[in-house]
Amino acid sequence: MEITTRALWALIHGMGFGGLYLLACSGALVELYRRNASRAPSAARGDGFLRVYLAAMAALAWLAVMTGAYVIYPWYRAVPPAGTADLRGFPQRLLMASPRTIAWHALGMEWKEHVAWLAPIAVTMAAAVVWQYGRELRNHRGLRAAVLCFLWVSLAAAGVAGFFGAMINKNAPVEGGQTIRLLQGD
Amino acid sequence: MNNAAKEGIRITAADEVRLANGAGAAALLAAGIGSFVLGALAVLADKSAAVKSRMIFWKPTGPLSGVTTLAIAAWLFVWLLLHWRWRGRDVALKPVLGAALVLLALALALTFPPIADWL
Repeated sequence: MEITTRALWALIHGMGFGGLYLLACSGALVELYRRNASRAPSAARGDGFLRVYLAAMAALAWLAVMTGAYVIYPWYRAVPPAGTADLRGFPQRLLMASPRTIAWHALGMEWKEHVAWLAPIAVTMAAAVVWQYGRELRNHRGLRAAVLCFLWVSLAAAGVAGFFGAMINKNAPVEGGQTIRLLQGD
Repeated sequence: MNNAAKEGIRITAADEVRLANGAGAAALLAAGIGSFVLGALAVLADKSAAVKSRMIFWKPTGPLSGVTTLAIAAWLFVWLLLHWRWRGRDVALKPVLGAALVLLALALALTFPPIADWL
C-alpha cells in the first residue's frame, strides 16, 4: 500500500482541513442558532467553547485554502513540455484534453478556486464577532442573523469546493513526488 | 468619558451590559466588501489579459495568487478602518447589514463561471 507525496498533500487539504471544516460548520450553525435563540441562563455557559470552536474553524478554513492554492494548485496547473503525450502528471491539461472532462476544469476548478476563499473570510468574521460579543449577541438580532447568513454561505462555498475537489481528483488525480510505502504486501 | 463608554459598553436600566453594535457592523461590512473584491478581481483577471498578468504575484499559482492576496488586503484594510471609526458606537444597522449581504451575494454570483463569462 503506497501513496505519493502529492496525493498525501491532496488528502491533507481535502479530507483533513476541508472535510473537518465542513463537519464543523454544521455544528457551529446549530450551536450559534440554539445559543442565541434561547433566553435561558444556561445558554450563557460554554461561550468560551464557542469562541475557541469558531477560531479553530477559521484556522481550518485558512489552512484549506492556503494548501489548496499554494501547494496543490501549482501541481494541478503545471504545463507539460511540448509534445508530451502522457498527461497523467498534468491534471488540468488532462481534463482539458477531452470534451467529456473539460467541464470539470472550466466550471469545477474555475468556480472552486475562487468561491472557496469566501469561507475563511466569512468564518474569521464570525469568530471575531462571537469573540467580541459572546452571549451579548443575543441582544443584537440583526448582527446575529447576518453572521448566520455568512456562515451559511461559508458552508455552501466549502461544499462547492469540496465536491469539485473530490470529482476533479477522481477524474485527474494530483500524483507524483516521492512514494511513501504505508504497508508491505505479502 | 469613562472607560466603559469608550469601549461602547452601555449599562441598561436592568443592569445588563450592552455592547455597541459598531464593531460587529464593521466586521460584517468588511467581510462583504472583501468577498466582493475577490469576485470582482476574479472577473477582471478573466476578462483582461493586462489585469491577468498583473495578478501573477507567484508564478506557480498564477493570477489566483494576486486576486486572493489583494482581496484579503482590501478586506483587512477596510475592517481596520471601519473598526477604528465605528468601535464603541451604535450605527444604523439595517443599511450596513443590507449592504454586506448584497455584496456577499454579488461575490457569490461573480465567482460562478457562467455568470462571469456572461458579463
